[in-house]
Amino acid sequence: MEQRLSRGSVAAIAGASVLFAAAPFFAASWILFILTLALAKFIAVLAVALFLRAGLVSFGHALFYAVGAYSVGFAYKWLGLREVLLLVPLGVCLGAGAAAIIGLFIARYRGVFFAMLNLAVSMILYAILLKFYWVTGGTDGLGVGTPTLLGYLPPRAMLRMSYYYVTLAMAGAVIYAVYRFLASPLGFFLKALADNEIRIEYSGASARRVIYATYVLSGALGGLAGVLAAFTVGHIVPEYAFWIQSGEFVFIALLGGYASVPGPLLGAIAFEFIRTYASKYAPYAWQMTLGTIMLLIILFQPGGLWAIYEAVASRFGRGGEGVERA
Amino acid sequence: MPEAMPILETIELSKSFGMVRAAHAINVQILQGELVGIVGANGSGKTTFLNLITGYLRPDRGRILIMGRESVGLPPRLVTKLGLARSFQVPQLYIGLSVLENVLLSLAAQAGKGIECWKPLYRRLWVDKGLEVLERFGLKPYAHRAVAELPEGGRKLLDVALSFALNPTLLLMDEPTSGVSIEDKFEVMDTLAEVLRQSHITTIFVEHDMEVVERYSQRVLVFDSGEVVADGEPASVLANPEVRKAILGRE
Repeated sequence: MEQRLSRGSVAAIAGASVLFAAAPFFAASWILFILTLALAKFIAVLAVALFLRAGLVSFGHALFYAVGAYSVGFAYKWLGLREVLLLVPLGVCLGAGAAAIIGLFIARYRGVFFAMLNLAVSMILYAILLKFYWVTGGTDGLGVGTPTLLGYLPPRAMLRMSYYYVTLAMAGAVIYAVYRFLASPLGFFLKALADNEIRIEYSGASARRVIYATYVLSGALGGLAGVLAAFTVGHIVPEYAFWIQSGEFVFIALLGGYASVPGPLLGAIAFEFIRTYASKYAPYAWQMTLGTIMLLIILFQPGGLWAIYEAVASRFGRGGEGVERA
Repeated sequence: MPEAMPILETIELSKSFGMVRAAHAINVQILQGELVGIVGANGSGKTTFLNLITGYLRPDRGRILIMGRESVGLPPRLVTKLGLARSFQVPQLYIGLSVLENVLLSLAAQAGKGIECWKPLYRRLWVDKGLEVLERFGLKPYAHRAVAELPEGGRKLLDVALSFALNPTLLLMDEPTSGVSIEDKFEVMDTLAEVLRQSHITTIFVEHDMEVVERYSQRVLVFDSGEVVADGEPASVLANPEVRKAILGRE
């Protein structure tokens, strides 16, 4: 079952790429904002989805999201740094570095312990961000300077579009990298982990190393997502590390479908729009709306929105299986 | 001429679970190229012996030498690296992957590329080798099918194929015909015996079926209450009434 994209899938990807690239020319400014935030969150959701493929759920990946976001805030506060090409690698490295340290002990655990230990560590960071207000700004958070690209500061009218394209480019690079990862021995071992850890150990490979390496990668992705979200929102608060944010990533992964790479993207976009519209038209019931949608997804389509797309696409003979299983 | 070093040697190997003596002072030497069958009644310590050798269980006392190297205290992953591979009574497969992908992961692990994260798993060298392994076991037609589509006999063969792909010096098979229908068990064993004969891999297999042991092994070890009570050529050992009593509970 070597993964090759079907013609229908290639067409879908090409169509989606054109749509994303052209969005700033026809979409309203607020839609562009939502899309940018959705693309940034998609990267963090992808990090969570990697573990869901392995049968592990993390309720603490907001930690890396916060590490990325606060690296932007601190870099601006202490160093006056706002160059995208410096802040992105900084957030990625700090996210990966934090994961490399935390992963040393978290990679030993499975099941509910893996889930809750992630949550515990993220809540420790949340408490630090909240209580050390003279450093972190506490509940007021930190402001982020307008980012520059190669020293160039986009005109105010072009700012939102600039953030969008930077985020889109990063999301594109992440999609490519994650596809490569999933097609590699490590990616396959990660999937195999959900099936049979005993066989992995008896083949001479290490299940713990598989989890650890993936954890570091997921930390890097979380860090990148945090950096991009900080650029987009322009302000960082401790809630970036809060457990609700982690839960949101898991929610989106399930909504979109975690068994695929495009699933979390679809989920992130759908989530942001559903939340926006639900909070506008049902301000006192938007959480209930989201809950109902999740209930329907789990009951009737556990593969998420991407599985619905696939079912529709295959009915029209487009066969999206190549994308889904990559 | 000095005596050849045993592939596997256990010295006074012992293990108890509470009051139950699962292995008691087992002294065994397995030589290069041997195909050794292990028989015994349920609870006689056969699988415990395999679990001790593979590092799944730690002995209470005694030594295990794999090609002269001490393996007590090593986890299964590192015992595998010493050249020992095993298959299981209940096949341990990656059911979410294709048959070929199962073998490819063994090849990746054997090459020490388990955490390689950029180059693809499907690379020419491994795919060719993986298909060759599957062909030896008669599973090539299933290469691109899901493991779930394999019949029970096919799963048993794939389980051994995953161990075989690790290029082991010593192969341990735990009841390779259990769960396989009576009609298919000799076909499974014929396939395994042919692969082992061609590859000259030293093999130990645990088996309940005395007919299978007599037909395919060159040497047989009989276990009873955690001890090796007989060791020798199958025809003579299995003809012994005391041995038959130990295995079957009757003569």
